[in-house]
Amino acid sequence: MIQVENLYKKFGKNEVLSGLNLTIDKGGIFAVLGPNGSGKTTLIKSILGMVVPNKGDVSVSGIAIKKNWKYRQEIDYLPQIANFPGNLKVKELIRMIKDIRQRPSDEQTLIELFKLDSFLDKKLSTLSGGTRQKVNIVLAFMFDCPLLILDEPTTGLDPASLIRLKELIKKEKANGKTILITSHIMQFVAEVADEIIYLLEGKIYFKGSIEQLKKKTDQTDLEHAIAAIATTPANA
Amino acid sequence: MLKILKYSFYDLIRSRWSYVYFLFYLLLGFVLLFLNNDVSKAVITLMNIIIVLVPLIGTIFGVMYYYNSKEFIELLLAQPIKRSSIFLGQYLGVAGSLTLSLVLGLGIPFVLYGLFKSDAIFDFSLLLVTGAFLTLIFTALSFNIALSNENKIKGFGYAVLLWLFMAVIYDGLFLMSLIIFKEYPLDTFSLVATMFNPIDLSRTLILLKLDISALLGYTGAVFKQFFGTDKGLFISIFMLVLWTVIPIWRLSYKAKRQDF
Repeated sequence: MIQVENLYKKFGKNEVLSGLNLTIDKGGIFAVLGPNGSGKTTLIKSILGMVVPNKGDVSVSGIAIKKNWKYRQEIDYLPQIANFPGNLKVKELIRMIKDIRQRPSDEQTLIELFKLDSFLDKKLSTLSGGTRQKVNIVLAFMFDCPLLILDEPTTGLDPASLIRLKELIKKEKANGKTILITSHIMQFVAEVADEIIYLLEGKIYFKGSIEQLKKKTDQTDLEHAIAAIATTPANA
Repeated sequence: MLKILKYSFYDLIRSRWSYVYFLFYLLLGFVLLFLNNDVSKAVITLMNIIIVLVPLIGTIFGVMYYYNSKEFIELLLAQPIKRSSIFLGQYLGVAGSLTLSLVLGLGIPFVLYGLFKSDAIFDFSLLLVTGAFLTLIFTALSFNIALSNENKIKGFGYAVLLWLFMAVIYDGLFLMSLIIFKEYPLDTFSLVATMFNPIDLSRTLILLKLDISALLGYTGAVFKQFFGTDKGLFISIFMLVLWTVIPIWRLSYKAKRQDF
């Protein structure tokens, strides 16, 4: 599904990714974790083609993404900070994205699920952070793409919406999709993720299931395991 | 690209500023034509305003629009769209709506005045064509500046400086060099120097079409010889096209390599 080979990216003097290799070939939920500034978002944006790597290759579904844009038809992306053009109405934004992607979409069930009906005619600049995140989720989930990339999907959500989001993610997984998630909420990761990809200093430090991670670090819960992993030698 | 163009164009058409800009030209056109009654004088006054105002508005609108639609651009970048389409679509949306305001705002009063029957139609169309070119050029330049500067204040500052340089400082330097090197033949130099500033180029082009070049003395005669001919007109238009194409090309080149 996704293949990342020897990826390097520098922002000025700050080397964010240094020779990162990653292969994800089957469906399932993959959590990309790591301390702040470890390159999670840069990795995701490299896969999306928003960040141009200095070196290395990325391919999605066997197609190299360099100088290519059509592969993004197969990706749904939920950005970390929901920035939208403020003068558009929610309805107009959804219509516009549908118009651009020209794919069958299922926004109505999502709008009902997140109770966004009463916000459809409001301008995006007047919405609260949580509501904006819900709109963001609707936009990311309304198409049926084999690859879903969610960057901090839980930001600003109330508990009820969080439960709905988890159900939604599990449903998509049952449909055989590949889902990439970054999050700092370990409880959320523990509940949904099949596999953990831990980034440290621009490289993959650990890749494996939650059980393997706990065993490796001698910890009983994920939060402590993640906190302890950076101090554990890589080949322990 | 057409879809992006459509959305940014609609977005601008709905914005208040497009109307203010349009109404300003409408009012200007009506006042100058109907209170003045001399088309040629009206064209000169209009030229003086257009030559300064169009680049300024193009620059400021371009920078403002780019920074305001950054979020929109980021949203689009994750969609299956070519990068250059996003930026060119946005650019053409801004430049197109500004050009439309200019052409309609000045065109309507002229049509009502009965321009089609007058012999000033050529001068006037030249005025609109150069105005449109200036809009395209300066919007493209400002998009380039905004794309290269993350910092809004810096970008805005550079854009205003660019306008100031092209509209005022360039002429000052030009005149000073004419005075300093007055011992030497300067015809070719002034011709070339004029070519390198789209504002000067437009101004000279219009002035010489208006048959008042006699006022300009000897240099005027040289200019008239050059710009007055079809070849001169052709070369000038070609230079304006170059001035438009090069920034647009750089915009799409730069956009492909930018990180977001």
